[in-house]
Amino acid sequence: MSVEVRNIHKRFGPVHANNAISLHFEDGRIYGILGENGAGKSTLMKILSGFYLADSGQILVDGRAVSVASPEGAIRAGIGMLQQDPLDVGPFTVLENFIYGQPGAVRPDWDGARAQFVDLAGRLGFTISPNTLIEDLSIAQRQQLEIIRLLAFGVRLLILDEPTTGISAEQKTILFEALKRLAREDGLTVLFVSHKLEDVLELCDEVAVLRLGRLVGQAHLPVTTNALVAMMFGQELAPASRSDVVLGDSMLEVRELSLTSERVTIQGCNLSVRAGEVIGLAGLDGSGQELLTRAIVGLRRPAAGQVCVGGQDLTGKHYREYLAARVCFGAAGRLEEGLVSGLTLTEHFALVDPEQGAWIDWERARRIASEQIAHYNIYGRPESPIETLSGGNQQRVLMALMAAAPRLLVLEHPTRGLDVESSRWIWEQILARRAEGTAVVFTSADLDEIVTYSDRILVFYAGQISEVPDARRTTVDELGHLIGGQRLTKESVA
Amino acid sequence: MDELSRILGSVVANATPLVIASIGETITERVGVINLSLDGSITLAAMLSFVVAYSTGSAAAGLLAGMLAGMLIALLIVVASIELRQDQVAVGFVLTMLAADLAQFLGQNYTRRPGPTFPTVPVPLLAEVPFLGNFLFNHNILIYFSFLLLFATWYVMYRTRWGLALRAVGERPATAFARGTNVNRTRYLYAALGGALVGLAGASYSLAIKAGWANPPVMRGDGWIALAIVIFGGWHPVRVAFGAYLFAGLRILASTIQQTTDFPLVLVNAVPWVLMILTLLMVSSGAVDWLMRFTPRRLRWVVRLLALFGVRGQEETAASRTPGRLRRVLRNFLRSDPPGALGSTFSRE
Repeated sequence: MSVEVRNIHKRFGPVHANNAISLHFEDGRIYGILGENGAGKSTLMKILSGFYLADSGQILVDGRAVSVASPEGAIRAGIGMLQQDPLDVGPFTVLENFIYGQPGAVRPDWDGARAQFVDLAGRLGFTISPNTLIEDLSIAQRQQLEIIRLLAFGVRLLILDEPTTGISAEQKTILFEALKRLAREDGLTVLFVSHKLEDVLELCDEVAVLRLGRLVGQAHLPVTTNALVAMMFGQELAPASRSDVVLGDSMLEVRELSLTSERVTIQGCNLSVRAGEVIGLAGLDGSGQELLTRAIVGLRRPAAGQVCVGGQDLTGKHYREYLAARVCFGAAGRLEEGLVSGLTLTEHFALVDPEQGAWIDWERARRIASEQIAHYNIYGRPESPIETLSGGNQQRVLMALMAAAPRLLVLEHPTRGLDVESSRWIWEQILARRAEGTAVVFTSADLDEIVTYSDRILVFYAGQISEVPDARRTTVDELGHLIGGQRLTKESVA
Repeated sequence: MDELSRILGSVVANATPLVIASIGETITERVGVINLSLDGSITLAAMLSFVVAYSTGSAAAGLLAGMLAGMLIALLIVVASIELRQDQVAVGFVLTMLAADLAQFLGQNYTRRPGPTFPTVPVPLLAEVPFLGNFLFNHNILIYFSFLLLFATWYVMYRTRWGLALRAVGERPATAFARGTNVNRTRYLYAALGGALVGLAGASYSLAIKAGWANPPVMRGDGWIALAIVIFGGWHPVRVAFGAYLFAGLRILASTIQQTTDFPLVLVNAVPWVLMILTLLMVSSGAVDWLMRFTPRRLRWVVRLLALFGVRGQEETAASRTPGRLRRVLRNFLRSDPPGALGSTFSRE
């Protein structure tokens, strides 16, 4: 099945999200749809899959114009989309979720559906039990389930929106294998939306690049990363250089720390971080990194052990005392934990301003907000509610809200979901603080990020921690092994 | 034995309006709509049912009028929510007051009169079975209907495509939309059905269980109880019905104690409420971990024991990561989280 979009336009208020986009997709090929945040790739994909209606333009399937007015209509036309956060129902079982939406009698054929599901899952190399509850699945498994479901509908064009965000390297390999097999053997067309260049290079046959709502380039792979970056940003980015910072006094001392959660247990963790040092925490999601980050900022009470910041024993103390000791924390859930949805930028800045009393000096708050917006290059206005900003801009606000010159800066996934340029900018900010003597601890699912910015790396695997003492001499490959649970040999520790 | 059978039979009878109303509300809330007006709707429906039955001489006509009243009030809430973007809780609360006062005002000339009722219809053969006969099969048809309703609701909700759509709309409307379900139409449909059942519950008071109409109405307060039972029952029809029977049983027990001893009346009346609060505490996720923190080490086994009875604490969730069939069924049955989209409105992006 070949699919073509012709001259698609879509506006959201003043923003021209899709401007005269025409593209052609052949069957059996995997297309990368590249572009930074806000380039219009998600909009185009949502138009193709019936979630949005285009203002004008046509969608043609096998040369015939079709109308895709709803996701259901798109599926009938053979187009299915896997959303970044898969559209399923948490309390359903996998089988219920698989059946829901399929046509059929009021009483579904449970056994038939189960057989079909197991068969499809087996063919794609996915291992999901049909009786599991969706809320017990990982993101990767929910994606797999969604792919199985769409294929059961007979979808011939599969769109995946940022599917590699938040899934492990192993799961990514499984996903890519399945997609390649589907394209090669079944002639499925795959549109892979991403801003991760390495993923696109690894998986795709062709790429289309969008920038500011326009189609700015197409290419057959392989091409160089730099050529793609040039298309995405209109310029080539120089690689970050690591500057040597003189390490200062110890800022964080963790002694024999034990932490338990329902999933993992960490025992006897020792860590010392000096001023100007950057520690990267690597590992699959839920391997214990979050336990440690939350324990060292005072949000999780340790079962045993000690946490000292700047020589002061803060074990078991209230979060306020950690703040007073100049500990800054950027949580993974930006809008859930870091910022307050519904408040404007001005209100956010007023909230953290120690000079503000019970009566807020709005004049001052607005002035500070405007200054910070200019200084941090935030795309938004003092009166914009925070939830209307893009992820990258929210992260900038988070950085702007943090106290100046912290002793310890703890960040969870500081660049998750951000495009290359925003990520680079965020890191400039982090490194500037580090140069002033801040100790930095961060988590990331992006190994390149970990290797690029860390001085030392702690790799978490099911609550066990292995240390990579010199990040400069490690490789993504080596980390990959550690993350997968293969312990370091004696030589490499020494 | 015969005595016990009769007592249980009266528990079943007294619980019936609560069972019907709370299952109606369960359906409504499962599709994402909060009908907070229960206390008012039940009262108004009871009054209208009685007046219509009294005037026409037909209990069936009265029943129909009650259902219609309940349905209309529920539809008002959904229209206000979907079309006018008003808060369901606020609208529901105002309608509670309005409907209750309206019932007292409109019904003031019809108090304390005998009217048509649904007679007791023993089920042939089954009513003769010792113990079970008086317990379950010697009632009026509304009570038999509540048995049927309980089973049908469970079956439709968990075994049919309709049920999948119903639950998905209340849980994650965006998903329901993507799967081709018309979210707002589904909400209208099931909220109307739920409202009609609430009306039926009202009618079952004035036409059967507490026949007649009085000022102040005898059923006032029961709407709030039904709302609490829905939460207590974790939005699962079977558990909800169980809660209604439990509550009716405790109430009868309380009134018996009150008659035979000089135990303070206020305290006896408070027992069901205290029990309900305790149970709510125990079924809400996280409560066990919280309790454990404040329990001396020596007494923790008590909390664990209570937790086994129906709770998802940390330990239990960790164990159910690889759930067996029984554990999964049990967990699905005991889950106490409200529907994800409860009280929200849905619009296409």
